[in-house]
Amino acid sequence: MLLTLIVLLPFLGSLCAALLPANARNAEAWLAGVVAGTCAVVAVLQYPAVVAGGVLHARLPWLPQFGLEFHLRMDGYSWLFALLVAFIGALIVLYARYYLSPSDPVPRFFAFLMAFMGAMLGTVLSGNLVQLVVFWELTSLTSFMLIAYWYHRRDARRGARMAALVTVSGGFALLLGVLLLGNIVGSYDLDVVLAAGDQIRADPLYAPMLVCVLIGILTKSAQFPFHFWLPQAMTAPTPVSAYLHSATMVKAGVFLLARLWPALAGTDLWFWLVCSAGAASLLLGSFAATFQRDMKGVLAYSTISHLGLITLLLGMNSRLALVAAVFHMLNHATFKASLFMATGVVDHETGTRDLKRLSGLRHAMPVTAVLATVAACAMAGVPLLNGFLSKEMFFEEAITAGGALGLPPVLPAVATIAGLFSVAYSARFIHKVFFGPPAVGLPRQPRDPGPMLVPSALLVAACLLVGVLPAVTVGPLLTVAGDALLGPRMPAYQLAVWHGLTPPLVMSVIALGGGLAFYVLMRRSGRTMTAAPLLSRIDSKRLFDLANARVTRGAGRLARAAFPARLQIQLLLVVGSACVVALLRLWAAGWRPSSLALAPADPLFALLWVGGAACALGAAWQAKFHRLAALIMVGATGLATCLTFAWFSAPDLALTQLTVEVVTMVLFLLGLRWLPRRLEIDDARRHGPSAVARHLRDGTVAVVAGAGLGALALAVFTLPATPVLTPFFLDNALPLGGGRNVVNVILVDFRGLDTLGEMTVVGTVAIIVYALLRRFRPAPESILLPQAQREDAAREAVVNNPDAPLPAGYMRVPAVMARLLFPMAGLVSCYFLLRGHDAPGGGFVGGLVMATALIVQYMVSGTVWVESRLRIHPQVLIAAGLLAAVLAGLSAWLVSRPFLSAVAWELPLAGAFSLRVPSVLVFDVGVYLLVVGATVLMLVALAHQSLRSPRRTGAAAPLPAAAVTGSGG
Amino acid sequence: MEAVYALAIGVLAGSGVWLLLRPRTFQVLMGLVLLSYATNLFIFGMGRLVIDRPPIIAAGAPGYADPVPQALVLTAIVIGFGTTALFLVLLLALRALTGTDHVDGREPRR
Repeated sequence: MLLTLIVLLPFLGSLCAALLPANARNAEAWLAGVVAGTCAVVAVLQYPAVVAGGVLHARLPWLPQFGLEFHLRMDGYSWLFALLVAFIGALIVLYARYYLSPSDPVPRFFAFLMAFMGAMLGTVLSGNLVQLVVFWELTSLTSFMLIAYWYHRRDARRGARMAALVTVSGGFALLLGVLLLGNIVGSYDLDVVLAAGDQIRADPLYAPMLVCVLIGILTKSAQFPFHFWLPQAMTAPTPVSAYLHSATMVKAGVFLLARLWPALAGTDLWFWLVCSAGAASLLLGSFAATFQRDMKGVLAYSTISHLGLITLLLGMNSRLALVAAVFHMLNHATFKASLFMATGVVDHETGTRDLKRLSGLRHAMPVTAVLATVAACAMAGVPLLNGFLSKEMFFEEAITAGGALGLPPVLPAVATIAGLFSVAYSARFIHKVFFGPPAVGLPRQPRDPGPMLVPSALLVAACLLVGVLPAVTVGPLLTVAGDALLGPRMPAYQLAVWHGLTPPLVMSVIALGGGLAFYVLMRRSGRTMTAAPLLSRIDSKRLFDLANARVTRGAGRLARAAFPARLQIQLLLVVGSACVVALLRLWAAGWRPSSLALAPADPLFALLWVGGAACALGAAWQAKFHRLAALIMVGATGLATCLTFAWFSAPDLALTQLTVEVVTMVLFLLGLRWLPRRLEIDDARRHGPSAVARHLRDGTVAVVAGAGLGALALAVFTLPATPVLTPFFLDNALPLGGGRNVVNVILVDFRGLDTLGEMTVVGTVAIIVYALLRRFRPAPESILLPQAQREDAAREAVVNNPDAPLPAGYMRVPAVMARLLFPMAGLVSCYFLLRGHDAPGGGFVGGLVMATALIVQYMVSGTVWVESRLRIHPQVLIAAGLLAAVLAGLSAWLVSRPFLSAVAWELPLAGAFSLRVPSVLVFDVGVYLLVVGATVLMLVALAHQSLRSPRRTGAAAPLPAAAVTGSGG
Repeated sequence: MEAVYALAIGVLAGSGVWLLLRPRTFQVLMGLVLLSYATNLFIFGMGRLVIDRPPIIAAGAPGYADPVPQALVLTAIVIGFGTTALFLVLLLALRALTGTDHVDGREPRR
């Protein structure tokens, strides 16, 4: 349980941090500090368990049908890393509290920092490889947000984008690799994978899998040839760089490399791939770091080089090298984080990180100078500091491993040269900033900042302690981690400051002396170098930018080719391809007419559809210039459809179609008022050859589509029906659903979830319509009053008067009838609602009837009159409807049945009576309320337009409500 | 009977597709409505055309029409209503915003 807490707590903290006010700097820092501290303490508390060699597990089912579970696993190695992440995280929080300026939006910073910490802890503690990839990508995502923290700066956005592109595509490669790995082993569980090393190495898929996994790891750890993103990411705030780009995120790569070492290492392919990437990064990073101008640039390239060293160690296929690599991961995290912090202090105090402008800061900032110098010495590998110890181990391994492979001089030479450069850039870094004459003309006057130095000082103290007393301090930790990685095969090694006069010591001396000499020569030569010689020619960053621009351009071109900008062409493609696909399927299946006799046509039915088809064709013909006529004809077609449903034993459908038809017509008529009339101008182009060709093309498609669908329907009718689901519903509607109307039982009971989703859609549409119309400005041509209303001045006076008993003019008779009908319509709607389960009807039909009754009042009496008497809150109805439906579904849980099961509740009433309330009725009431709310919301929003628009244009009087006058026809 | 029904579907779908491919928003909206009628009739027809046998359980009923396509079509009608309403308001907003009722928001190039 504690394991889950370690991973969960930072995410919870992140959520809390995001919700705090923007200026709560101290509260944010306390929150983040407590979260990081708790994680660290919880990690420390696990020490007795892991030191005994135990592996802690926490498992939760995730996707059991795919054999995936959420699995946290802590052994000594992941324990060490979790501790590192949490501990350095706590220091970074303290540091960031003083680093960020009051104008920076702190909630965003701490929220993402903690989310990153959670993702990082999730990565190191994952016991399942797929889950590890998920957390891995989460670290990329949060690091993107952190690097782009100052997103008003262009370089920050660029750096963040590059880092994200490289690491996320690497993460994708890693996912591929992990899937291959899971395929080889047959499980994604880390324990199983680690135990299957021999099987993995012998598998034919080993090479592609290894390449994919390595791409993921090398991109994350900024290794050659993917190293270029790290210097660009230095645009992040310094606490972010100190945390992400020294101690944690870039370490995730080498962490995984070591994690999978027992399963993947040991082959020649591993040696060549990992070692060459590591050696190249080691040399390139240390060389480039020597020539950087930006303090953070030096540290970024140095990080590339030190991670290269770790990668190289892991590539050597030697168990001792693995231990050395883990040791160096720890050491690098401590001294590099402390150096980043010192850089941030200098930047914070002086306002610049430029090595050319900085000088002699040891006078103004003596404490910072001492701390940075000690940390830089650790980085350079000076004796009595932690960096020296791991570097010695590295030199020794370089000699042994190189000798074992028969290329003795290469690896030690590479190691020594890289060591030499690392001494040179460390010396240059310290000398330029802290020594020499005091700098003049700095943006700010520097001094030692008190509390900001505490985290750095703690880390430097750790460097010293480990350097002097390695066996006592870091020895047990390394044993725990090494045991976890290698088990009983853990090699014997000795952590001591003095091993005697050994070859590694000679190499160290050469590197130290050579590095210092190189730096002195470099200064003497007097040449000001801002870019590393030779290397500036091979610019993988430029290549990346170039490739990026090409891909973006190509994607744009492809998108333009695949998705034409014109809607007509798009629709043509959609309809055309649907036809082609259907025809292909039919072609393959063949036409199989059956002997099934078709019923002779009823003349009345044929007549109905002669009218219906004529109306459809007429609508198609008239829709451009005579909208009202087209609308009426479409409505007539709808009525024919409705009668057809009634004819063929579907009373529910007929009722629904009828009520929907009415509401849709009202909606259209209200809307047409705001659609300016199209004038039928005699445009020569309308009869030009291109128009004729277009009409011919569209006509062909339309005929093919219509004929195809009709033929398909006829073909189906000649085949006997094969009911599969039908008997189930017919047999069970009454016994299980308790209703006789099978269609209604399917909707509210068997497929209740579908109906719930459908209700949500209708409610959402209503709210979208309302939102769109709130800001709606009608087209200027349609603002004038319609002709009929302009002539009927008497009506206006009454419409404006909410106290008038009846409207005057041509609306008087309809108003009397509509008001008489209103209570009856309400009654009918309730009748439909209540009987829906046993007879045609239901909440949907009832709701539409009620909504129609309401909107009719608006139409005949005007918005002002209605709303002065009747307050309807459609939004409340929508919410109440959804709530009722969900509660009806949830009530099934009370009797331990699944969501939306039909349950009947007996409510005791006075005396011996009780009321039986089936949950499906509550559900149907929900449908009813929602439909009333949604329909009225849409219609009223449209109707209100006539109240709003004249006022805006400065017309004298507010005008009647729903002006039911189409503009066309 | 079935032939008339299939013809009706064909005519509705054909008119709907024709309107769908027209350049003016109102035409496209009418086309969507007609096409949805055609589709609803088509889906409904998959349960076969049965007269006087509504799927309402009653003693002594000679048989029932297939309720599954009916339930599907009921849902389709409702969703169709939502789509139509949304499209109508979009159409109005587009006309007011761009000054044209062309589906692309601007008149085709002359």
